[in-house]
Amino acid sequence: MNHRYRNPLSVARGLGSSKDGLGHWWKQRLTSVALVPLVLWFVVSMIALAGQDRAHVLNWLHSPLHAVVFSLFLIVSLYHANLGLRKIYEDYVQVRWLQLSSRIATDFAAVLLGFAGVFALLRQAFGG
Amino acid sequence: MPMTTNERPLSPHLSIYKVELPMLLSGLHRITGIALSIGSLLLVAWLESAVYSAEAFATMSRFLGSVIGQLVLFGWTFSLIYHSVSGVRHLLWDTGSLLEVKQIHSSSKVVVAVTIVLTVLVWILAGGFPGGAS
Repeated sequence: MNHRYRNPLSVARGLGSSKDGLGHWWKQRLTSVALVPLVLWFVVSMIALAGQDRAHVLNWLHSPLHAVVFSLFLIVSLYHANLGLRKIYEDYVQVRWLQLSSRIATDFAAVLLGFAGVFALLRQAFGG
Repeated sequence: MPMTTNERPLSPHLSIYKVELPMLLSGLHRITGIALSIGSLLLVAWLESAVYSAEAFATMSRFLGSVIGQLVLFGWTFSLIYHSVSGVRHLLWDTGSLLEVKQIHSSSKVVVAVTIVLTVLVWILAGGFPGGAS
């Protein structure tokens, strides 16, 4: 690597023009791998629940196993979606403040959806 | 000063390339990713409606059974299956395999075929379209 054009601090950090390291890429792969079995489970479950009445759906959600795996699916897929959307903003939203506010709005939306979904699932599984 | 940044060489843009299946699939991976991100709103809304009240669930079921609802659900199903199948190919690429140009073209056809078969299969198993679900 030619160091002439980079200051020593930049070289020490090891981050290029992306101002980011391997973290984002690695998290995206890890969530992808986790989603392979989770998506399979989700598709099979949705086939079983499609067209069923509310009592059937609530009864299905009453199983802690279903609630826990569904929660995992929700959290991992929202996290994965958040990582993907961040890349899309970086690629297509050139205006810095708009890129940052899109990213923050997506972060908030993902956390809100995750908490709302998981709370509903756990309440149905464990409470009344 | 800002002028200098404009004089940097740019990499070739989309319009310079011949349109081929792998590039369309690459774009589709992102588009279905965005669709699924928006679709997560519907998934959580459906979940909340089931837990919240009978009326909310009935309203949600009516929407999902309507023509628009069925189209949205079909798009959701297709997006999830395509993004997953294409995602598995991305994971295989990350291991360093299937990266020859010929393999990229042939695996693109496999991704399309598997997606179509699985989407139709899941849609039939879930009982969609004829008369509308639920």
